[in-house]
Amino acid sequence: MSGAPETAPPPVRCGIGGIGLLGPGLAGWAASEAVLAGMAPWQEAAPAVPPPAMLAPAERRRASLVVRLALAAAGEAVAGSGLAPEALDTVFASSNGDGAVVGAILDALATPGGDVSPTLFHNSVHNAAAGYWGIGAGSMRPSVSLGCHDDTFPLGLLQAATGVAAWGRPVLFCAYDAPLNPPLDACRPTAVPFALAMLLLPEGADGARATLGLRHRPEAPATEAAPRSALRTTLEEANPAARALPLLEALAARKPARLAWPLLDGMGLEAELSPC
Amino acid sequence: MTIHPSFPPLVLSALTAVSAMGAGLAATRAALEERRSGLAPSLPADDLPGTWTGRVAGLEAVRLPAALERFACRNNRLAELALQCDGFAEVVLAARERLGAARIGVVLGTSTAGIAETEAAYRRRGPGEVALPADFDFAGTHDLFSLARYVRARLGLRGPAMTLSTACTSGARSFLEGAALLRTGQCDAVVVGGVDTVCRMTLQGFNALALLAQGPTRPCAADRGGISIGEAGSFALLQRAEEAPGAPLRLLGAGASSDGHHMSSPHPEGLGAVGAMRAALDAAGLAPDAIDYVNLHGTGTRANDAMEDRAVSHLFGAAVPCSSTKGWSGHTLGASGALEAAIAAICVQAGLVPGCLGVEAPDPEFRADVVTANRHRPVRRVLSNSFGFGGSNCSLIIGRA
Repeated sequence: MSGAPETAPPPVRCGIGGIGLLGPGLAGWAASEAVLAGMAPWQEAAPAVPPPAMLAPAERRRASLVVRLALAAAGEAVAGSGLAPEALDTVFASSNGDGAVVGAILDALATPGGDVSPTLFHNSVHNAAAGYWGIGAGSMRPSVSLGCHDDTFPLGLLQAATGVAAWGRPVLFCAYDAPLNPPLDACRPTAVPFALAMLLLPEGADGARATLGLRHRPEAPATEAAPRSALRTTLEEANPAARALPLLEALAARKPARLAWPLLDGMGLEAELSPC
Repeated sequence: MTIHPSFPPLVLSALTAVSAMGAGLAATRAALEERRSGLAPSLPADDLPGTWTGRVAGLEAVRLPAALERFACRNNRLAELALQCDGFAEVVLAARERLGAARIGVVLGTSTAGIAETEAAYRRRGPGEVALPADFDFAGTHDLFSLARYVRARLGLRGPAMTLSTACTSGARSFLEGAALLRTGQCDAVVVGGVDTVCRMTLQGFNALALLAQGPTRPCAADRGGISIGEAGSFALLQRAEEAPGAPLRLLGAGASSDGHHMSSPHPEGLGAVGAMRAALDAAGLAPDAIDYVNLHGTGTRANDAMEDRAVSHLFGAAVPCSSTKGWSGHTLGASGALEAAIAAICVQAGLVPGCLGVEAPDPEFRADVVTANRHRPVRRVLSNSFGFGGSNCSLIIGRA
């Protein structure tokens, strides 16, 4: 041991396989690698969020922005992995869930005589995107959905990696958030839609592009010394899922990296990334 | 890291539950033994004449510590009340002294968090106003993470904390996610469980789906008419068995699955439910005949109870007695899996198979052994089911070592 405090937990380790990404000026992982690596300029542009081809026509037409966003990123991460989507355990993480749907129900409840739509109600559950993924993929594998405010990405990643290490199975991890409508938008500013997904693999499994080690810490990490990229400066405060950007940039650069996220209530998450 | 296929032996080194059945395990057990329901007619303000709810008495008077006042909402008041029951907070504080605050995690499930507070903020606006009142604290109340942050801060813990939300499996699923944190050595103990409180969103939402019962819910009855919404807070402290010798109650197995079928209707044949129960049995290394009682999800809706009967009888035939305890508590949504894990523990300790309340005879179409009167007999292991919107399924097995 290297003099770490006694309370330091062992890092939880996994591999990272396929990646999916959708955000402003980030039209998929493959199309964004050069931008993330700093080799091409980032041009902010509203993302085109496609209807999910995996859903039946009626569900596809009705799919909300949040569902389309999550399923687009999740689909890209699995495509080309050689793994069947229906064979994957999943972890979906979102701060706001389908906040537009929740907001519409709150509006109806506050309107005298306002009726709650039954379809809106079942789409308001935090695991709606995960549910549609399961329906679209025809998957019966376990799925969990997390909601941890600003820490949704780092804690979702930690729990997804924990699932991989604990049970020895690949996990599809997807983090996503979309803007809210008034009046909730003022309480929880989310300026842009953003989603990413990663296929996390057991350590040593074929198909990993990098190995990730994660460690939860009971103190906040030291402030970053290096300046943030324009991408991070613009997007990190605009969407909680965009807190993935430091990891995405390191993956695009294909270099070893040590990363850290400050977490709420004075905690932190440390990550060590090693390209395979 | 070496991967072991079987579930790690885990103990429940502390346990508590608060619901309409009562505050704490002793009150909950007494309600079960005396067949005393916690359900009552819904309030006039609910605008749902004829329906019943399972509300926790006295929640409005529960105070949070002054330093954590920003988290004040019905959901966190119920969490606080549960922490005060059964010496739960004291056991966690003793574990904190022994293990260190950073070695204890918090993984909790909820479907509503403090959304009743948001509903109230919408109503507090003046005519024509859009913005919510300035004192409304979104992150402290409405946000799902509010629950796990409150409990971690209240117990002075420094390990990973997270809130999960998989509709009505949330509370059960927290046990599986806590087990993963223990198995990977990231924590030496994890506070798991669930808290959900009655709010207009769930009452009106289930009403819109035409799933609320007139009168108290009567799961498994031939003429069952739907759900009574309830509220509950229930926590367990999970630890690796080798580090808590002598703790009599174990989480022997846990398993989850998805239906991949429909957002709010269960798979009619119960394939997802069978998958979750089988996964829990496999994790525990147990055959179905090792289970002495199945605590059904048993919401009282026509579709759920029929599906669950098919799934349970597929695995257990008519050999294992089963029942729903929602006639006592109502459907406590995201807390139900955690509440029913505590009920499972009570059944093991009391040697009790509680028969469905208010049901003279089970639906004659059902093939499983649905119990409608209390039976006293040795109960070593209980399998507890939870199913939810989004096609989410989770089963836990609680029993003696």
